[in-house]
Parts: sequence; structure tokens; C-alpha cells
Amino acid sequence: MSATAKPIANTRSVTGIPTARLITWWVIASEIVIFGGLLAAYLMHRLGHPEWAASASHTNTWAGAFNTFVLLTSSLCAVLAHKAADALDGPRAARLLRLTALGGVIFLTVKGFEWTTDIREGFVISSGGFWSYYYTLAGLHGLHVLAGAVIMLIVASDAAKNRELQRVECIGLYWHFVDIVWIFLFPLLYIAR
Amino acid sequence: MDFGEVTEAVMYERYITAASTYAHSIDHLFLLIAALVGFWLIVAEVVLFALVFKFREKEGQSTRYITGEEKELHRWITIPHMLVILCDIVIIVPAILVWYNIKQAQPPADRTVRVYAQQWAWSFQEPGPDGKLDTDDDVRTVGELHVTVNTTYHFELMSRDVVHSFAIPSFRLKQDALPGRTITGWFRPNRVGTYDIQCTQMCGLGHALMAGRVIVETQQDHAAWLMRNSNPSLAAQPAAPAPAPESTTMAEVRR
Amino acid sequence: MSEQVQHAGHDHPEPGFFLKYCWSTDHKMIAMQYLFTGMAMAMIGGFLAYVFRMQQGFPNHYVPGFGLVTPGRYNEVVTMHGTIMIFWVAMPVLIAAFGNYLIPLMIGCDDMAFPRINRLSYQIFLLSAIVLLGSFLVKGGAFGGAWTAYPPLSASGAYNLTPIGATLWLLAVALEFVAFLLGGINFTVTVMNSRAPGMKMFDIPILIWMIVLATVIFMASAGPLIAGAVMLLFDQTMATGFYDPVRGGDPLLWQHLFWFFGHPEVYVVLLPAMGIVAEIIAVFARKKLFGYKSMLYSTWGVGILSFVVWAHHQFVAGIDPRMANVFTVTTLLISIPVAELVFLYIATLYGGSIRLDTPMLWALGFLAEFLIGGVTGIFLGSSGTDIYLHDTYFLIAHFHYTFVPIAIISVFAGITFWYPKMFGRMMNETLGKIHFWGTVIPFNVIFIPLFMTGMAGDQRRIYSYAQFAEQSRPALQHLRTTSTIGLLVMLSFQLIFIFNFFWSMRNGKRAEANPWRSTTLEWTVPSPPPHGNFAELPTVYRGPYEYGLPGRADDYWPQNAPN
Repeated sequence: MSATAKPIANTRSVTGIPTARLITWWVIASEIVIFGGLLAAYLMHRLGHPEWAASASHTNTWAGAFNTFVLLTSSLCAVLAHKAADALDGPRAARLLRLTALGGVIFLTVKGFEWTTDIREGFVISSGGFWSYYYTLAGLHGLHVLAGAVIMLIVASDAAKNRELQRVECIGLYWHFVDIVWIFLFPLLYIAR
Repeated sequence: MDFGEVTEAVMYERYITAASTYAHSIDHLFLLIAALVGFWLIVAEVVLFALVFKFREKEGQSTRYITGEEKELHRWITIPHMLVILCDIVIIVPAILVWYNIKQAQPPADRTVRVYAQQWAWSFQEPGPDGKLDTDDDVRTVGELHVTVNTTYHFELMSRDVVHSFAIPSFRLKQDALPGRTITGWFRPNRVGTYDIQCTQMCGLGHALMAGRVIVETQQDHAAWLMRNSNPSLAAQPAAPAPAPESTTMAEVRR
Repeated sequence: MSEQVQHAGHDHPEPGFFLKYCWSTDHKMIAMQYLFTGMAMAMIGGFLAYVFRMQQGFPNHYVPGFGLVTPGRYNEVVTMHGTIMIFWVAMPVLIAAFGNYLIPLMIGCDDMAFPRINRLSYQIFLLSAIVLLGSFLVKGGAFGGAWTAYPPLSASGAYNLTPIGATLWLLAVALEFVAFLLGGINFTVTVMNSRAPGMKMFDIPILIWMIVLATVIFMASAGPLIAGAVMLLFDQTMATGFYDPVRGGDPLLWQHLFWFFGHPEVYVVLLPAMGIVAEIIAVFARKKLFGYKSMLYSTWGVGILSFVVWAHHQFVAGIDPRMANVFTVTTLLISIPVAELVFLYIATLYGGSIRLDTPMLWALGFLAEFLIGGVTGIFLGSSGTDIYLHDTYFLIAHFHYTFVPIAIISVFAGITFWYPKMFGRMMNETLGKIHFWGTVIPFNVIFIPLFMTGMAGDQRRIYSYAQFAEQSRPALQHLRTTSTIGLLVMLSFQLIFIFNFFWSMRNGKRAEANPWRSTTLEWTVPSPPPHGNFAELPTVYRGPYEYGLPGRADDYWPQNAPN
């Protein structure tokens, strides 16, 4: 982080929404259309190809369910971190953020085992329509989890020193978004038959 | 300038022959739109230049303070606005009618041909003298489609690789060919002659070389051509197996 | 005010060359980076136009500066011309350069809300431009499958024969989108949150409104195409079958994703252009804009409608023919707000006192030419005529009559208008006027003949019509040659602009803070504005177009003047 002072533009708040929160919402909005486009394409094709259900039955529903649980729990930590930041308790917020990031790491680890099994069984990204969407959607989501966790650790290291506490809320918002995307992906990729 | 020997009254034919039954309906729609939007274009340009001239900076001229919310002034926007909506309707209705007649309503076919697009050639499968497709006397040609004048044709359009577009400008016909689908359309040629077939969708290196010809013949000429090219001795043999990519395409289509 | 105190605190010593020109977070410097990158890309795009027009005008002759144009090279050149002109010229110059330069100045603050995101946006953009240009050098050459990149052609090296070029093209476009998403989010947040005290929604200059609406439209439409680009990338590199019908994919999916973005994109670049023209018309006619609010509502209408017209690019693409009827109606509906906008611009001239300085000439030129582009769109939006005109040179001429006014004419309007602010000097008026006429007249000479060849059935992206009897008539070749000569004249007149642009930087007459006697906030700071823009951050008391108010000594009333 460089030492440049913030421009006045950054400190104004004509809408009443703090600038950092506002930009987070816009980032989420633009991400929604990216995932929305991909999900809409997947749904259209899935409806047109009932035979994809056979491929979908090879996915590991238990791993998916466990990951859903992990993400939801980590989102709870993010909420608590926000509370701590509101109470200006930076170190506590940092601890909770690190816990949240740990959730992301567990998610990715489980995902890694899952994919290794899938690939060992011969289901790779080019194995058919379902698998292409499965790996693309989950992969894109996984990238967001990874990016979120990394940013969260950076925010946590600032927060531990009681700096930039407004970022705790923003990264939390982003994390909820990543969580919600997974809430859509899990039933559509794992459960739907 | 010489735009060909066509002398029909329709202005459009200065540019390109009209050789199918629906060519004129497209041309007339074009002229209707040209008249309406031409009127608007001229009015708008004239008003624009007249205002610039009338209100150019002059000695001692002061500007008028107008917000544009004044009722008697906003009229000058509202009335043209309504007229634009009216013109839109006048265009939409015939545009959809022309479209409906060409692309949606298919008159019953006298004959059906199959059109294959591939990088970078057109090939055709025409029924032989028996008038049926997929029999032994079918005529397969590359780059040349022979049709009879005043006969309604259906075409089944397929692509063997990438997206192509089957266009016969003189027929005012254009339809993209998609791999994995069969798209059916129709045309009814009404003038004897030889016309270009173009590919109008970028299809790779040889896109510009992907030319074909449609040869519109009289009934007698066409029958003679069919007899020459449809070998009756083939009837004794089993039907030639279709090339592999084609059967994949067909299977896909019928899924 | 606490804001001023804070501001005085971060005056720092003059940074070194690298920090100042390459690593700056100052919105004005980033705007210049975008402007100069965009101009360099415009020269490349113009050179490509020269190459394929030469091949069209004088088929199979040696093109000076390029060589013989083979079919493969021709495809590359037309593909890159389209891609560059839209994504690397129109977008960066109209939105990023003017947006970056003008947003903080016009809304009265010291910088963008997130200056480092702004810098990152430019750096990603620059990287995307390098990747795109680098694709010319790879084995097989640059991508040649048209700027629309329809799969399966774009998905497989076996079909397009430029496997590396196709992937680099896709990467470059994706990177460019990321750059503009970052930049656009920053713009939107800045305008929403960082306006000067007193600047209410309807006190925002129309240009700023239009840039923000354009970025919002971009954000809402680009997402699906980014997803589509990822899928196409996997089709190219990992043998997936998203667009492969044999494996359950669908080539039409890309077309829908592409045009769901592609049509709003037209308005993404149109709106800032219209905004620039509005600012200039108000200043040089000394008039309040005729119906500021009607203008805004029409713009919103255009923005919303632009999302429901995309399939008019696909009438004959093999979609369900019934869909064409719906999209014909929506397409013609969009003519209503656009016509309204043009009417309002023309009405603004009424009762004014019009000075025909160079920026005003460009602004009026925009209106006169854009009208032609607008009305010819009706032929293509009507499904019936589109059966014939789709993908012919009629279409080419139509969208160049919209895109040249947007990306060339309005940009020249903007540059000549804000040049005094950007560089502190006036441009030469005589050279400016010569350049104006030398650009606008040949522009019509280029494209009117192309309307005619299009009506005669010339389809686009064809390097030689020798294969087609109907198209190789000499009369049509005369028209193509005329068009090429028009282009040569137009390109040669651009040298005058380049000379004027750089010569005036050193030798132009010094510009005062407000040479055009304008009301908006950017003219209240010195030319060029210092770091931090405003010595004292302004407060806004009124709307942006108070010209010719009766009973006042001056014929303009700046937004920040208390009385």
C-alpha cells in the first residue's frame, strides 16, 4: 500500500453510501452479470439435454454439501468481523477475517480432492457438455474464492493495526456474494438430475 | 454507367436483377422505407442548416432564453415525435408482412433440393427425374444449382463445418447455414438466367472464393439436363453412402 | 472548509518522469495516456482501412507500404480494423479519455474516487493493446475470422488457420473488457458520490450523465460476453464443446452473447459522443439545452431499449423466424428516443447566436452525418429488407455513418473544444477548419458509393469479387475505386490535424481559463489545470447551461458563481 493520501473525491458521499461500499456493490453487480450469463447458458443447454443428468450423477454431492456448509460458516465469520470492525476492534476483526479466509482454503482443498477424483475417473473438461460447464462454472467460482481469500488476508493485516476498517465490511459483502453464487451452483451442478 | 441490360421500371433493378417472386416485395419495401426516411432526412437536414444560417452570430444579436419546457415550443418536438411513431408503424407492418411471406409462410414445394455449405464450396443434391430426394437417381453437383423457372423450391440448408450464409442476391435470398442444423427455406425463380450464389458469412481463408451459380432453366432444358446427369444405371446399384461428416450432421439434426 | 485543509496537506514535490507519465494516478495524466494510446491505435486502424480499401479499389495491385493483399491477409486486416476501431479507439478515447479528463473537473472534485484503480485500468488496457498488436507477429498471423468471431470458425485452428492469433485476439478483448469494467465502476462511483456540494442530479452536465449511463450499459452488457469469451477460450485451448453442435453445444449461443453485448455497445460509444456534441452546441449557440430533462429521459429510454434489440443482427442467422418480428418492432421503437434526442439538439439552435468555430463545425457535422446513419438503420432493422441487405456494403456504409460521426467527428469536436483546457494553448482555427472540410467531404465520398455497391449486392469481407459475375461489373468497380480515393483524401487531411495538434502545443496562442465563455466547472480552473484541479473546491448553485439569461451583464452564468 503506497502512502498517497486519499483524494477528496474518495471522502465525499453525496449518495449517503460510503464510497468504498458503493464501489463494492458495483463490482458485485458487474460480477452478477458475468455469472448470470454463464448460468443462463448452462441452464438453457441443460434443459435441452436431459441426458446430461447421467453425467451430473457422477458428481460428489456430499463434498458439495460439505463445501456449502463451509462457505456458509465462513460467511458468518465475515458478518462477525464486520461487527467487530464497527466496534472499532481491529484485532478481533482481523482474527475473524483470517478464520473466514480459512473457510475459503478448506473449500478449495475439498474442491481439489473432488476434482482429482473426477479426473481420475476420466471426467475432464472436454468429456462432454455437462463437464465443460461443471469445470468452467466451478472453476470461475473457485477463482473468486481464491481471490477473495487473498484480499481478505491483506485486509486483515491492515485491520489488525486498526487501519482501513471500512474495508472489512466491503470484503465481507464480496464474500457473501461468492457464497450466494455457490448456493446457486451447488443445486444446479450437483443435485439437479 | 451501365448497370446491365435490365430495363424494368423498378429503380432497384438498376443495381441488381430481380429473378424470384419475392424479389419485388423486398424492393418495394425498400422503396417505401426510402421514401419515408428520405423525407425525414431532408426535413431534418434542411431545418438544421436553416437554423444555423438564421441564427448565426450577427452584430447586436441577443440570444433567447428558452428552457424547452415551454408548452408552445415543446410542440415542435412533440408533433414530429408523433409523426416518427406513425412512420415507424407504417414501416413495421409491411416489413413484418414481407418477412412473414418469405421466412415464415412456406408455400408447398414443387421440388426440394439440399444445399451443403463447407469450406469453401457449395454442393447440391437435387432429386432426379423421379422428383424425390435420397433415391438413387439424385444428382449431386458442386458449385452449380440447376432449377426450373416458375417452380417453387424448398431448400434444406446444412453446413459441414463453420457458419456460412447462402445468398442469391438476384433472388433477394439470404440464409445462414449452421453446422448441426437443417434450415429450410423456399424460393421461386421467375426469370431464366445464371445468377451468383455468394457466401455472406465470414468462413475463413477462402471466403471470397466460395462462389456458386444458380442456373434457372426452362422446363425442357432442365429435364434434358437431369436426364444427362442422372445416370439410370445407378438405379441398379445400392445408394452411394453419404460422406461421413454429412451423416454426422444429419444424425445431429434429427436428434 | 475541512476539505481545503486536507487538500493543502498533500502537495508534494514534482515527481520524476516515470512517476509522472507512466505511474501517475492523476486523472488528467491517465486521460492523456488513454488519448494518446487511442490516437496511436486509430492510426493503425486507419492504416488497415487504407490497406483493404486499396485492395478493393485497385484489386490485386501492390499496396504501397504493405505489399500484395492475399485472402488471408485481407481477412486479418478487416478483422483487426473492426476490432481496433471499436474496442481500442472509440471506447478508450470517448469514454476513458474524455471521461477521465472531464468527470472530476466537471463535477468539481480533485480526482477520481479510486485513483489507483484508475491507473490499473489503463495498465490493463495497455497490456490488451500490446497483446492485440502482438498477434500480428505470431505464427499464422492475426485472427481473421471477423470482429464478431463467430464459432466454430473462431473456436478451432483447423477452421481459421490462425490458432494463436485467435486466442490472442480473445485474450486481448477480454483484458480490454476488464480494464473498462474497472474504469467504468470508478466513473460511476465518482459521479454518484463525489460531486461538488450543491450539484443535484439535474445540475450534472449532460456529457457526464451520458458517460455514466454508457458505462452502466457497458457493465450490464459485457458480463455475458466475458463469460462467453471464457467458454470460447476453452473451446480453443482445452477442446471443450460449448459451441460445437456435434458435442451438444450451440454456435448460436455465442452470437446471442456477442450481440447482447454488441448492440448496447453501439450506444455505449454513441452516448458520450452525443454528450460532447451537446456541450459544444450549448456553448457555441449561447443557448440553454432545449429540454434538458427530455434529453435525459430519452437517453434512459435508449439505454433500456438497447438491451432488447440485439437479435436484429441475427435475422437470417438461423434463429426462429418469429423472433425477427419481435426484434423488428423493438428496433424501430429505439428510433423514437434517438430521433427525440436529435430533434432536441436541433431545437437548441433555435434563437441562439451561433459561432462557427472549429468545435462547433464538428458538432454540427456530427448531427448532419449521424442523421444519415440513423435513417439508413431503418432499412436494416426492418426484417423484410434485412434479408437482402444483411452483411452487404449497405450495412457497412450505414454503420460507418454512425461510427465515423461517433468515433471520429465527435472526438475531433471534443479535442478541439477541450484542447485549450488540456494543453493551455489554442489550436489554429484556419488549419482546424481546413481539416474539418477535408475530413467530412471525403467521408461522404467514401461511403455514399458503398451504399450503392451494397444495394447491388456486394457482400462484406470479400477480398476480390472476381468470382462473382454480378459483382465484377465495371460500374461497381468504379464505385469502389471512388470510395478508395475518398479514403486516401480523408487520410491525407489527417496529417493537418496531427501537425496542428502538436504544433499548437508549443506555438498556439496561450489559452485563458475560459476561452469559450462557458458555464461548466472545468472552465473555472486554470488551463491546464494544476494537480488537484481546484485551488478552492467549488460549490454549485445552478444547472450547467445558463446562457443568455435576460437581465444579466454577461451572457453566461457559471455554475459556481454565487450570484
